[in-house]
Amino acid sequence: MSYIFYISAAVAVVATLLVVTRTHAVHALLYLVASLLAVAMVFVTLGAPLVAALEVIVYAGAVIVLFVFIIMMLNLGKHAVEGERRWLAPSAWAGPTILCLILLAELFYVVACGGGAEVTQAAEVGPKEVGQALFGPYVLGVELAGMLLLAGLVGAYHLGRREALGEAAEEGPQ
Amino acid sequence: MTAIPMEHGLALAGTLFVLGLAGVLARRNIVFILMSIEIMLNAAGVAFVVAGARWAAADGQVMFFFILATAAAEVAVGLALVLQLYHRFHTVDADAASKMRG
Repeated sequence: MSYIFYISAAVAVVATLLVVTRTHAVHALLYLVASLLAVAMVFVTLGAPLVAALEVIVYAGAVIVLFVFIIMMLNLGKHAVEGERRWLAPSAWAGPTILCLILLAELFYVVACGGGAEVTQAAEVGPKEVGQALFGPYVLGVELAGMLLLAGLVGAYHLGRREALGEAAEEGPQ
Repeated sequence: MTAIPMEHGLALAGTLFVLGLAGVLARRNIVFILMSIEIMLNAAGVAFVVAGARWAAADGQVMFFFILATAAAEVAVGLALVLQLYHRFHTVDADAASKMRG
């Protein structure tokens, strides 16, 4: 099983690298789907099947569909890709990338120092255990997540209205 | 079932997170910035699931659930903001909204 983990991890890293370097938004989105599916495969090899299924359904399904809708509504043409290429000059991305690589090297160093010989025994933690934990000790967190999602729904609805509609609604009562 | 060193899982999470961070810092298109934020949230979830698998406990997966809910709420509000930005300035450049005007 371990080589499946390494193959999917490599696919995830390569696909994510392509996401942040593409100039066309739809291409980046397709690579993002590939990256999320590879991460779902990593979850399967780590013995977390429920989370892998949710990764496919919620991230690769719902979130990506939202992004596709927005890109369709924005309807960016050829000039957007050219503008994106202009924004992606090496002088613009070199500095942040070097700083991020330094952070990554530090992270690798800390992880390599701290762990030692501890290994992940790929013992599966199934949906039953997760559900019992979720609705046992973490039930307050579940309710808070529900309220957060409701607030997100209301906020997205409020922000998503057209300008003209918003002004008409504000002027109505006066 | 063979064992995978925990460091390798954490290294994967760290690499994905840093790629997302570089995307947020280097890109100017606000849609790409939102995608990079999704990558970073997902990487944090990977770290939690790896830690949960290390101790064969369900808590890591529970934390991934909460990250998933946060990411869903964040992307809904963020994409609504992208639409507002595009209607107002007719661009997806994040720098277009750099000035406050009451």
